Amino acid sequence: MYRIALKMLMGDRGKYLGIIMGLTFASLIMTQQPAIFVGLIMRSYSFITDLGLPDIWVMDPEVQWVDDIKPLQDTELYRVRGVAGVAWAMPLYKGLLKARLPNGTFQTCIIVGLDDATLVGGPPRMVEGQLADLRRADAVIIDTDGAREKLSQPPAIPGGKRVELKIGDTLELNDHRALVVGFSKNTRTILSQPVLYTTYSRARQFAPRERKMLSFILVKAKPGEAVSAVSQRIRATTGLAAYSREEFMGVTFRYFLKNTGIPINFGVSVLLGFIVGAAIAGQTFYNFTRENLRQFGVLKAMGTSNWTLLRMILLQAMLVGVIGYGLGVGLTSLFGWAMRNTILAFKFPWYLLVFSGIGVTLICAFAALISIRRVITLEPAVVFKS
Amino acid sequence: MAGDTDVAVSCRGVLKTYGSGESLVAALQGVDLEVRHGELLMLVGPSGCGKTTLISVMAGILDQSEGECRVFGEDLVHLRNHAKLAFRARNIGFVFQAYNLLPTLTAAENVTVPLLINGVGRKEALQRAERVLDQVGLGARTRSLPSQLSGGQQQRVAIARAIVHEPRLVVCDEPTSALDHETGHKVMELLKGIALGRDRTLVIVTHDARIFEFADRIAEMDDGRVTRVVTPRSNLH
Repeated sequence: MYRIALKMLMGDRGKYLGIIMGLTFASLIMTQQPAIFVGLIMRSYSFITDLGLPDIWVMDPEVQWVDDIKPLQDTELYRVRGVAGVAWAMPLYKGLLKARLPNGTFQTCIIVGLDDATLVGGPPRMVEGQLADLRRADAVIIDTDGAREKLSQPPAIPGGKRVELKIGDTLELNDHRALVVGFSKNTRTILSQPVLYTTYSRARQFAPRERKMLSFILVKAKPGEAVSAVSQRIRATTGLAAYSREEFMGVTFRYFLKNTGIPINFGVSVLLGFIVGAAIAGQTFYNFTRENLRQFGVLKAMGTSNWTLLRMILLQAMLVGVIGYGLGVGLTSLFGWAMRNTILAFKFPWYLLVFSGIGVTLICAFAALISIRRVITLEPAVVFKS
Repeated sequence: MAGDTDVAVSCRGVLKTYGSGESLVAALQGVDLEVRHGELLMLVGPSGCGKTTLISVMAGILDQSEGECRVFGEDLVHLRNHAKLAFRARNIGFVFQAYNLLPTLTAAENVTVPLLINGVGRKEALQRAERVLDQVGLGARTRSLPSQLSGGQQQRVAIARAIVHEPRLVVCDEPTSALDHETGHKVMELLKGIALGRDRTLVIVTHDARIFEFADRIAEMDDGRVTRVVTPRSNLH
């Protein structure tokens, strides 16, 4: 009987493809839009994830997310170093500065100042040059995306390639000379600004003078010490906020959810995809069942039970669901692959597969349910109506 | 009156109503009728007289409101749903005016449907379907879709489907009304020759006076009642 169910479904080629197209569309929207959303959200805390060494981030208690810098006094560093369980604590400067390019244009950049001695907090991966080169005079390391895009020079001839920064080039940061000594591979930030690494003391020179300059204190817990316990001690002793890496990512993530329109915009897109997909697939599937009511009536008259008919319809719904879901997810993956080297934020973690799978299942269940209801309540005597 | 052992279907005081109150419509108003084993009974009468309702009750796809209808001794109204389905699947074959073949299945696959419902394996069902299609003269068209067959051929497939599981009662609703005279005649010859047997009873609803000659008895209905039962040699009109 299942074979008959599949033949009934596939025999009506137009409706079969219509249902699959509806589900493919729904699946595509329910994976592609959240993938961009996840990509953007991950960029919001990419600065934290790129910085793998410290266990704990210490900051002003009023900080709401990673770019919400509320500087501390330098003396706070020594207070944190004095907390039991702290193996080491290093300063980190993070701020925005305008870089003046050789052609006279300006570009806002993220400046990261690392502890002069240890260079803790450096980029996740060096592509060219070495981190130790930061000890050279005026040295900065720039992320490759920034060097290739926003900090590159316009082409020498119209229509030509932009001229990328290279080692040995100089920039002007707040009237200070900055010498490019290396390039790093970073995860893009949410605003895709170029990231420039330098030493903490040099960053203080580049940045406009303020009473407080210390953005974060990066802390490593002693071996055997629980990170949560050390964080708790830092909070209790200094009155500062102390988060593990995951906690700080969570703080940033929640800030974005609560205070930006990003989730609602993407949520609306996903909801629309779900509704339109459900409407197309549900309506077409229902029409398919309605047009086959006489056939279902014949099967009923011949002695097919409602339970068997129900399973036949569920099988039909499951088949179109699996195909539509697969095509939608495949198209999303193709989209992600095509956009892999662009500025577009796109992350496709496994839980989005589950999410869209649940969405498509709900659509199919809805479509099957309205069809099943019609078939279950069908009087088999309908077969004698001409 | 035949003895009870000769009776395949026995209807006594069968009443079927639709709706309630002022909108109450009585499709059957106390039908008394017996159909004998191995008999070809035709139900005739004007449109709306209750012929189709009566065969629906006899086939167990519609429950009467009052009265009793026993099919091979079983009172279908009092059977549990599952038992009624099983009874129908085993004992009843259907031939419809509009053939009602599944359009996406081949002729052979259409004929396998009652066997599959009865739990016969697909391979065996196909073999049996092909044998019966051969019997109805469609051995060469087993893989054709209904849309590739003429009306007469489709009705022959429907007959094959109605008898493939060897039911004891075959109910036919206007089996020749969509066919020309010659094809209708052939279909009736086929029904009488293949579908009818000592252990199989045929009840045919028809308007088609050209096929009355095939009946053993003809039950004339009017206004929800069987008004008389005659043989074809009687003057019906």
